Amino acid sequence: MIHFVLLISRQGKVRLTKWYSPYSQKERSKVIRELSGMILSRGPKLCNFVEWRGFKVVYKRYASLYFCMCINQEDNELEVLEIIHHYVEILDRYFGSVCELDLIFNFHKAYYILDEVLIAGELQESSKKTVARLVATQDSLVEAAKEEANSISNIIAQATK
Amino acid sequence: MNPFSSETRLRDMIRAIRACKTAAEERAVVRKECASIRAAVSDNDNDYRHRNLAKLMFIHMLGYPTHFGQMECLKLIAAPGFPEKRIGYLGLMLLLDERQEVLMLVTNSLKQDLNHTNQYIVGLALCALGNISSAEMARDLAPEVERLLQFRDPNVRKKAALCSIRIIKKVPDLAENFVNPVASLLKEKHHGVLLTAIQLCADLCTVSEEALEYFRKKCTEGLVKVLKDAVNSPYAPEYDISGIADPFLQIRLLRILRILGHGDADASDLMNDVLAQVATKTESNKNAGNAILYECVETIMSIEDSGGLRVLAINILGRFLSNRDNNIRYVALNMLMKAISVDGQAVQRHRATILECVKDSDASIRKRALELVYLLVNETNVKPLTKELIDYLEVSDQDFKGDLTARICSIVEKLSPQKIWYIDQMLKVLCEAGNYVKDEVWHGLIVVITNSTNLHGYTVRSLYRAIQTSGDQEAVVRVAVWCIGEYGDLLVNNIGMLDLEEPITVTENDAVDVIEAAIKRHTSDLTTRAMCLIALLKLSSRFPSCSQRIKDIVNQSKGSLLLELQQRSIEFDSILEKHQNLRSALVERMPVLDEATYSGRRAGSLPAVASTSQGNPLQIPNGVPKTMDAPLLDLLDLSADEPALQNSSGPNFLQDLLGGDILSSASQSGTTQPQKSGTDVLLDLLSTGSPPAQNGSSTADILSISQDNNKTSVDALNSLSSPMVTSVQSTPASSIMDLLDTFGPSPTVPKDNDPAYPPLVAFESSSLSLIFNFSKQPGSPQITQIEATFTNKSSDIYTDFIFQAAVPKFLQLHLEPASSNTLPGSGNGSITQKLRVTNNQHGKKSLVMRIRISYKLNNKDMLEEGQISNFPRDL
Repeated sequence: MIHFVLLISRQGKVRLTKWYSPYSQKERSKVIRELSGMILSRGPKLCNFVEWRGFKVVYKRYASLYFCMCINQEDNELEVLEIIHHYVEILDRYFGSVCELDLIFNFHKAYYILDEVLIAGELQESSKKTVARLVATQDSLVEAAKEEANSISNIIAQATK
Repeated sequence: MNPFSSETRLRDMIRAIRACKTAAEERAVVRKECASIRAAVSDNDNDYRHRNLAKLMFIHMLGYPTHFGQMECLKLIAAPGFPEKRIGYLGLMLLLDERQEVLMLVTNSLKQDLNHTNQYIVGLALCALGNISSAEMARDLAPEVERLLQFRDPNVRKKAALCSIRIIKKVPDLAENFVNPVASLLKEKHHGVLLTAIQLCADLCTVSEEALEYFRKKCTEGLVKVLKDAVNSPYAPEYDISGIADPFLQIRLLRILRILGHGDADASDLMNDVLAQVATKTESNKNAGNAILYECVETIMSIEDSGGLRVLAINILGRFLSNRDNNIRYVALNMLMKAISVDGQAVQRHRATILECVKDSDASIRKRALELVYLLVNETNVKPLTKELIDYLEVSDQDFKGDLTARICSIVEKLSPQKIWYIDQMLKVLCEAGNYVKDEVWHGLIVVITNSTNLHGYTVRSLYRAIQTSGDQEAVVRVAVWCIGEYGDLLVNNIGMLDLEEPITVTENDAVDVIEAAIKRHTSDLTTRAMCLIALLKLSSRFPSCSQRIKDIVNQSKGSLLLELQQRSIEFDSILEKHQNLRSALVERMPVLDEATYSGRRAGSLPAVASTSQGNPLQIPNGVPKTMDAPLLDLLDLSADEPALQNSSGPNFLQDLLGGDILSSASQSGTTQPQKSGTDVLLDLLSTGSPPAQNGSSTADILSISQDNNKTSVDALNSLSSPMVTSVQSTPASSIMDLLDTFGPSPTVPKDNDPAYPPLVAFESSSLSLIFNFSKQPGSPQITQIEATFTNKSSDIYTDFIFQAAVPKFLQLHLEPASSNTLPGSGNGSITQKLRVTNNQHGKKSLVMRIRISYKLNNKDMLEEGQISNFPRDL
């Protein structure tokens, strides 16, 4: 099970956090501080796993961003690396060659996509296409609602003129 | 419109925050935004609620408090439209966690949304429930989720399956409701559904044994077939990852097969073929393939034995271990740890490679490898492996040394073939990383040193050399100081030379130099300095020529700000000054420390319970003046509170100091008591007499002695109110009696049994009985002497018989050594053991005692426990 997902920039700024196990706000910031200290200081050739408080944190760096997932001792580290890559590829497809700025300004989109990939700390979909399709459908639902709202308000505005 | 209304868009706020140059600027921007959001919240502003929440989420991510936004989430979730709900649920998952009360308010909205006609809204609700559900919510909403497992759209079914995992983790009782729906989900073709159903199935198996049995019977075959199809499936671009069809699915299938096959030969049989196929056919040049192989190896290791498969698995691990990719090596080490129990020999073959991994530049790999090496060590390879590890200790990272020394010490302790090798290796470790070892390590070393009588000379000379080169390692200094104090004469005279040694010339002054350097070293802590003082005292008698010099060094500590050092140096000074006649007896060599007791103590087998039935009252910290850490006052205080500790730490220091002179006084007065009983008397004195308050004043008393030399020494010592010193003085027997008549077993006081108390059957079982006989000394009603008699009614002999007792705080308990530790069978003899209980609340409370009796019956450990509360009332 994945206990939490963290996206940390090379400067140690948090770009996304998702907690599947209960951590209080205080613990969360402590965890982030501890882990960013540990992970950011590791050299490029080292393995992608760090042992931490009896858990393992699997991380992978993509450009300026570190994607980290915390798992149990007995979980498959290599698979989690694949899950990270899976998520990154979906982000990439969605944003069209994703960069850190996309994730800053559209952080909520990154969360929506993550929610289609993971629930309760488990993988829910192995097809990138399906995830992309589901997110796109939901986006279009939002767009449709917006348009509708606009058109109604236009009608009202015109009616009250 | 409200002047604070949030007109800035989310994008603008993020931009503004990013434009900030300093943290203070950022705080100002955030404060302003928060103020406007709060205003909007209190206005109940509907138009910008979703935008405000999005902003709050961003602010939350930056680490600012956002609790005032929690209710906004609930309002958005309760809104009818999809866009509001979407952002509302996101905010809910982000800003809240399952422990917040607010969450309870959302249960009803969730329930409605789970029944919504729009499948995407159902999806949102399932996602939120799966991520943050509490136990209460899980219980309330489980029926909805269960129903959704059969929803028409597979994307809802898969979400419901993962949501169910959360539910059964929170409320395991609900597991049985999910078993049947999962069984049908496992037959589906949709990968997402299959993936999540397998995961749910695995979780069901861990919480419920019945579910495991059910799935094992019904689903094993089907799952094996699914895996076979997945392995042999043609190229499917949707699921393909570097040439492998849906590795996620394959990994999950392998995992569930592992659970189903574990401990069941039939199920394991079913999966043999497909596992072999996965193990041989999977490409290992990409991470995805390796992830599958890794999972496959783990499955092969856990299911019931199939020799051929195991060989395959070990070979894969061998390949992994020699891989250049650090990730692969890491998982290989990880897996070899598990494999070691299955096939130790096969793992041993990779020893050299594993040892190389200990020296890797990657901390994660080093740590794994070290743990693995620790498991690999056995009698045959201990020497070369230890050598490798110790060699590596020199060059290892600072922060790795702690782990490494702990492991090496534990290996050396566990498996050392000879004492000399043990001592040599430990010295090497201490020299390299003496600042990293734990106290137990050097305590243990000293115990071993005292036990190897023929190596005393060798050890002290090695330590002398070691301290010259590694004087900056605290542990080396301590052990060296201790040994030079004890065996200084062997050092100077080159006694007990071994063939392999090179002779060294050390003068008495050189030896004192070492100690002086240690006590003056500014990094030495209290323990080290205290040890130095003791060593100096001992050397003063071993090296008469240095006596004056030693006195000067001791005197320098008289002004120490550390009470302990000050007190000791003043005491030692007066010993050196005034008591030449008894000094040599006082500083005799330590008796051999008992290894068994020490290791037993380390294993924590005697937690706060006095036990002396081994017949050896000399407990370990004896010679290791660790007890000096705390001021004597503390120690006695402690022992007053916890009688159980009496003979473990507190008085031992004094025992250590004075054990010898009690002996001398005893022999002077014509009785030939063995040393053991001498120390016992001392123990008695200490445990009954000298309440803490008196001791507190003893420092002052001593001070007054040294100031007022005109007083006769007997007077001065009497004013010490410490009976032990009086006995040292060997004053006429009558005065001893005056002082000691309150304290039990002094030889001049007859042990009259007071017949007023009937014997008590303290413990009675079918095989063992324990009878207490009570007696009191006239004049000290709070002290009760108890003679415990153990009788064995069975026909077998009990060996390693240990009686332990503990009492509440208002009592003080002292246990004397038992008459034997073997209890013959059929009532043919008994063990007797004396206990003395001091009741500080005599007349108010009566005695209570908890007892524990352990023994070996045919080499099997037996344990009896009980509480005795039926003591006669007025004890």
